[in-house]
Amino acid sequence: MKLNPDMHLLDPLSPDLKKAATRNGFGAALAEIGAQDETVVALSADVSGSVQMSEFAKKFPGRFIQVGVAEQNMAAVAAGLAYSGKKPYIGAFAVFSPGRNWEQIRTTICYANANVKIEGSHVGLDVGEDGATHQALEDVSLMRTLPNMTVISPCDFEEAKKAVYAAWKSPGPFYIRCTRNATPTFTTAETPFDVGKMNLLCDGADIAVVAAGRLVFDALLAADALSREGISAAVANMHTISSPDASLLEKLARKCGSMITVEDHQVKGGLGSAVCEALADAYPARVRRMGMEMKFGESGKGSEVMRKYGLDKDGIIKAAKEEMGRKKQ
Amino acid sequence: MAIFKFFSPYLGMKLESVKELALMANSMRQDVVRMLVSAQSGHTAGPLGMADVFSVLFFHEMSYKPDEPGWEGRDRLVLSNGHICPILYSAMARAGFFPLEELSTLRKLGSRLQGHPSRAKLPGIENSSGPLGEGLGIACGMALAGKMDKSEWRVYCAMSDGEHQEGSTWEAVMLAAKYKLDNLVAICDRNCIQIDGGTEDVMPLGDLAGKYRAFGWHAITVDGHDYGAIMRTLHEARATKGKPTMIIAKTVPGKGVSFAENDYKWHGVAPKQEEAEKALAELTEERKKLEAGQ
Repeated sequence: MKLNPDMHLLDPLSPDLKKAATRNGFGAALAEIGAQDETVVALSADVSGSVQMSEFAKKFPGRFIQVGVAEQNMAAVAAGLAYSGKKPYIGAFAVFSPGRNWEQIRTTICYANANVKIEGSHVGLDVGEDGATHQALEDVSLMRTLPNMTVISPCDFEEAKKAVYAAWKSPGPFYIRCTRNATPTFTTAETPFDVGKMNLLCDGADIAVVAAGRLVFDALLAADALSREGISAAVANMHTISSPDASLLEKLARKCGSMITVEDHQVKGGLGSAVCEALADAYPARVRRMGMEMKFGESGKGSEVMRKYGLDKDGIIKAAKEEMGRKKQ
Repeated sequence: MAIFKFFSPYLGMKLESVKELALMANSMRQDVVRMLVSAQSGHTAGPLGMADVFSVLFFHEMSYKPDEPGWEGRDRLVLSNGHICPILYSAMARAGFFPLEELSTLRKLGSRLQGHPSRAKLPGIENSSGPLGEGLGIACGMALAGKMDKSEWRVYCAMSDGEHQEGSTWEAVMLAAKYKLDNLVAICDRNCIQIDGGTEDVMPLGDLAGKYRAFGWHAITVDGHDYGAIMRTLHEARATKGKPTMIIAKTVPGKGVSFAENDYKWHGVAPKQEEAEKALAELTEERKKLEAGQ
């Protein structure tokens, strides 16, 4: 596997990679922009520590609003702040925000194209031990269908920070999907991040793996393992799920003839669906969608649960080989 | 003949007399009837019931600049129960936000006067609404922003009684008390009706003022058709520091149109042509009495 030098990645096989959760990247960047922009305000629904808003709250207590266990109100209050010139960031567990407050987000934030940024943390099977009630596997689907909403699923700590900066500089609603567990940070400050532009992390000729969130790292590990068996896999990071990069998707589909999408989300409505919609318009191609097969999760360590449902390096390798077998038929 | 008669030219001066406010409310009630019969759909009871409160808010209480809807120093009116928007549109037109003739476009294709108000479409509309239980939260956000910036402007939130059945309303009630939002005053249209019947039958709301007091608000109950009382309570709200104020305005749904008054079936329907003519005749008669000073 040869990494794309333009992406300025760290070696995914290096044992020295640091680990951090994307929610920590969100929190670090929020505190940074809070220092630069007095109109930035933050709201949380009794989970400010979990969603990493504590640093912002400590540094800027006058601009932190604790709404209590009330996600619906959090969205409406944020809208009112945005209408009055503030830049509100709201954070909670994704099952509750945007899970519970979807209609408030639709009416008060998206319809008005209000400048509210939503952090949905603790997404996917990655949540692990808390079990199915807390594993948001439908949040991308909920947010992706709303007009004016930009949906970002950062792949690591560094990219989560960039997503917060990008949202800050771009007016209008954003949904930033964050994970609970620490995962390797393999992108760098030099790695490009442009909303709506997919990052081709390594090129390949046999199969294209399009991933988002923490599974981008697993996709790279899988591509490396596949290359040792003579299979050339491309890996692309589609961090902006709301606006698929149709030109790069078409290029990959034409070149590889087969594509796999990988996400810690239900297979219906998320990244895989977005890719299929884009390719249906641009260049209809076979797409195998990997994700949760329309089931609820269960308790266990995040990595164990993800492995059980095939969402890890080995699951991607298996799927890639099956797709290669299908191509030969 | 223009559909909408400009009975009371409003020149931006605050109306001080009860007679002027009553004439304005009468004009707005006639607007509402004409708008609804032209649209052939919409809500009748709520807009008619809140005409007197809106007359006081727009033409006595609030500061704003119709030719500069985004003026930073304006008082904000958040309409939470968006379905009563005909009264909001009428007040805005009569205040000079847009031509009176535009009222006849309500609910029609291409209109800025959407069936439920849209912040994105009509300058001067502070919030999109219709889905209930959201306006007070939005109003809280505005009031918080006002506090952060030490602004002088105030936030007014017009609400329905029925939307107090939405849990999210009470989330906002708690937040307003916690953050001592004394720059916020909510006015609840306590007309005791909702789509399926009387509020106390559908889901009893009981003593709303008492509930608000228990939640840490200053709460006042007032006759929603008594101009002097409404003006006094708004003044009282302004003078109340350290907590938000809720004004429970007891109103007659369909007020001014005898056959619509106090009948829940008029919550969500528009008058037919014949009914509209009868309603306008009653309102015209009422106007003559007001002008004669009776």
